[in-house]
Amino acid sequence: MIHMTAADAMHLALREEMQRDPRVLLMGEGVATKRPDLVRDFGTARVRNTPLAEAIIAGTAVGAAASGLRPVIDLLFAPFLTYAMDALVNSAGKLRYLSGGQFEFPLVTLAMTGSGCCVCAQHNHNLEAMFVHAPGLHVVMPSTPADFKGLLKTAIRDANPTLFFTDMALLYQEGEVPEDADYSVPLGKAAMRRTGTDVTLVSYAKTVNVCMQAAEQLHAQGIAAEVIDLRSLKPLDEATVLQSLRKTGRLIVVHEASGLCGIAAEIAALAVSQAFDALRAPVVRITGPDAPSASSWALEQAAVPQTDAVVRAAFDLMQDAQHSGVAMRHERTAANIPA
Amino acid sequence: MTATTIHTRLHQLETMLLIRAYEEQLVALQRQGAPGTCTSVGQEACAVGVVDALEARDRILTNHRSAAHLLARGADPKRLMAEVLGRVDGYCGGHSGSLHISAREFGVLLTSTIVGAELSMAPGVALAQKLGQGQFDNGSGGITAVFFGDGAACEGIFHESLNLAVHWQLPLLFVCENNQWQAFVHRRETMADEAISAWARGHGIATQRVDGNDVEAVHAAASQAVAEIRATGQPQFLELVTYRLRGHFEPDDQAYVDPSELKHWQARDPIHTLRAWLLDSGHVDVATLEAMERRVRTRIAEAMQFAQASAWPEPETLTTYVYA
Repeated sequence: MIHMTAADAMHLALREEMQRDPRVLLMGEGVATKRPDLVRDFGTARVRNTPLAEAIIAGTAVGAAASGLRPVIDLLFAPFLTYAMDALVNSAGKLRYLSGGQFEFPLVTLAMTGSGCCVCAQHNHNLEAMFVHAPGLHVVMPSTPADFKGLLKTAIRDANPTLFFTDMALLYQEGEVPEDADYSVPLGKAAMRRTGTDVTLVSYAKTVNVCMQAAEQLHAQGIAAEVIDLRSLKPLDEATVLQSLRKTGRLIVVHEASGLCGIAAEIAALAVSQAFDALRAPVVRITGPDAPSASSWALEQAAVPQTDAVVRAAFDLMQDAQHSGVAMRHERTAANIPA
Repeated sequence: MTATTIHTRLHQLETMLLIRAYEEQLVALQRQGAPGTCTSVGQEACAVGVVDALEARDRILTNHRSAAHLLARGADPKRLMAEVLGRVDGYCGGHSGSLHISAREFGVLLTSTIVGAELSMAPGVALAQKLGQGQFDNGSGGITAVFFGDGAACEGIFHESLNLAVHWQLPLLFVCENNQWQAFVHRRETMADEAISAWARGHGIATQRVDGNDVEAVHAAASQAVAEIRATGQPQFLELVTYRLRGHFEPDDQAYVDPSELKHWQARDPIHTLRAWLLDSGHVDVATLEAMERRVRTRIAEAMQFAQASAWPEPETLTTYVYA
C-alpha cells in the first residue's frame, strides 16, 4: 500500500495501463501539459493535447476506439460533456448496437464535478444519471483513492465506453492505494463500507463520507447503520443493496446530484419492486435540489446532503417504525432540511 | 481512348445503375409500407468516382445517404435490402435499417445518421491508421475517406474535424457531396458562400472542387487526392458539386423544389451523361448497355427475394449487442 491522493492514484492508473497496453492513449485539454512524465515515457503520439473542442475530442476517441485503440479522454469539467453528447451518446453508446455488434468502443471519458470548489454550475453539475440513462455506456464514480485507481484501470480495460466521474472535493483526499499493477476494482460491484442492522445508507462519491460520519453519530445513539458505496452506477450492484435492505428493512439513498429521475429514484424503485416485503419504513432520498449549483460557499453547502440530514432521516425512520401514524415527508433535498 | 478506359467507364456505369435501381426499389418499397429511406439519386457519380480511387486497406465513413458508398465498395444488395427490411441477414442483423448501415468487411465503418457525426469520428479512424494500430488497418498506408454533405458542413463539428485533421496531419480525405439541399432547406438559404471548399481552405487544407455529376472528373480528382495523402500524410478536401434529385426522405413530394432548377439538374443526370458518352465513343453499342441494365434488374430482383425470405430477428435479440 502507498499513501496518496485520489488524483495521484488516477495518474498511477494511467501510467500503469499505458505501460501495460500500447493501445492506450490519452487525449484532451492539457493532458500533455499536466502530465509531462507520461509524455516523456510514452511519447507525444500517445499523450496528445487537443484543441479546446469537446465534440471533436470525444468523436475522435470514438473513431479511434472502434479502430483498435483504447483512448482515455479528459474533458475536464462535467458540464462540458454536453458538447460531447453526440459522440458519447449517439455514437459510442449506440453504434455497436446499430451495427449488429460489428464494433466495440473501449474508451474512457474523464470529467470532474461536485461541490467544494465554488466553481458554480457550468463547472459543477452532477449529471451522471443522464449517462446512466443512455444505453451502451458504463458509468463509475469512486469515493476512495484506492477505487480511483482500481476503477480507472478497470474502465480502461473494459470493452465498453465508460464515463469516469471524479468528485473534485475527493481528488486531494489521501488514502491507502495498492501498489500492485494488477490491482483493479470490478465494475458493477458495490463496496460495503460499514456493516449494520438497523438502516441501510446507500451513496456514492463524496456523500459516502457523509454517510460514514452519519453512521458514526448514529452508532453513538445506538443505531447501527450499514453504508454501501455504489462506486459503479452502471452496471449497478442491485444484489448488494437488496441483501442489505433485507437485513435492515430501512433504506436511505444519498447523493449530491438532483433527485428527479436520479440514481436514488432508481434504488428506491429497486427496493419497492424487489424487496417490498422487507421494507419496514418508506424509502428516503436525500439529494441535491433541482437547481443549478451556485458559487457561494454557503449556497453550495446548502445544496449538498450533510451529515445532520442523514442522521435526522435515520432517526425519523426508526421513529416511523414505532409510530406508524406520524406523517413525514420522505422525499427531501439537502436544501430543505434545516441544519 | 484506351480499351482500359472504356472498360473502367462501363464498370462505373454498371455500379451507378445498380445504385439507382437499388434506391428506386427502396422508394417503391416505402410506397408499400416499408420504412422510409434517404436516397442519393443523382449523386451516384460522387460515390463511384471516389470509392474507385480507394484501396481495400482504406476506410470509409458515411452518413444517412450511404447506399451508394456501400454498393460502390462491393456490398451485396441482398444483405443491404435485408437490413432495410429489418431482417436477420442484413449487415447489421436488422438493428440499423437503411440509415446507419456499416459493413466492416468492406471497411465501411461507423455510419451515423446524425448529420456531422461522421466528421467527428473520422479523425479517430485516421489516427488509428496513422499510428498503425487499428484493428481494421491491414498494413500501413491506409487512409480514411469521410462522406458528408453541405448540410454537415454547416455543423460546427465540420470545422473542428478539419482543424484537427490538418494539425495532426491525419491521412483523411474529406468528401463533401454538395447536393444543394440540407434536409428541406436549400443551401442558398443557409450559406453566404457558394462553395464549401472555400471554408475548408481557411483551415489550410488542399482542396479541389469538381463536377460531382462527371464520374471521370470525380475519379481523377479523388485519385490525385488519395495519392497526395499517401505521399504526404496530409489530409485533402474534395468538394463534389451535385444535386439531390429526390426528396430528403421518402416519401417527399418535393413541393418545395424549384421546378426549373430540378429540370436543369435532371438534364445533367450522371447516368444519362455517362451512357451517352459511352455510346458516342463508338466502342459500346446499345445492346451491351441493355444487357447491363438487365443484369442490374436481375440483381435487384434477387435482392428483393432474398430480403423478403430472410427471417425477422428474434425478440430475444432486442438487447443483444448493447454492451460488449
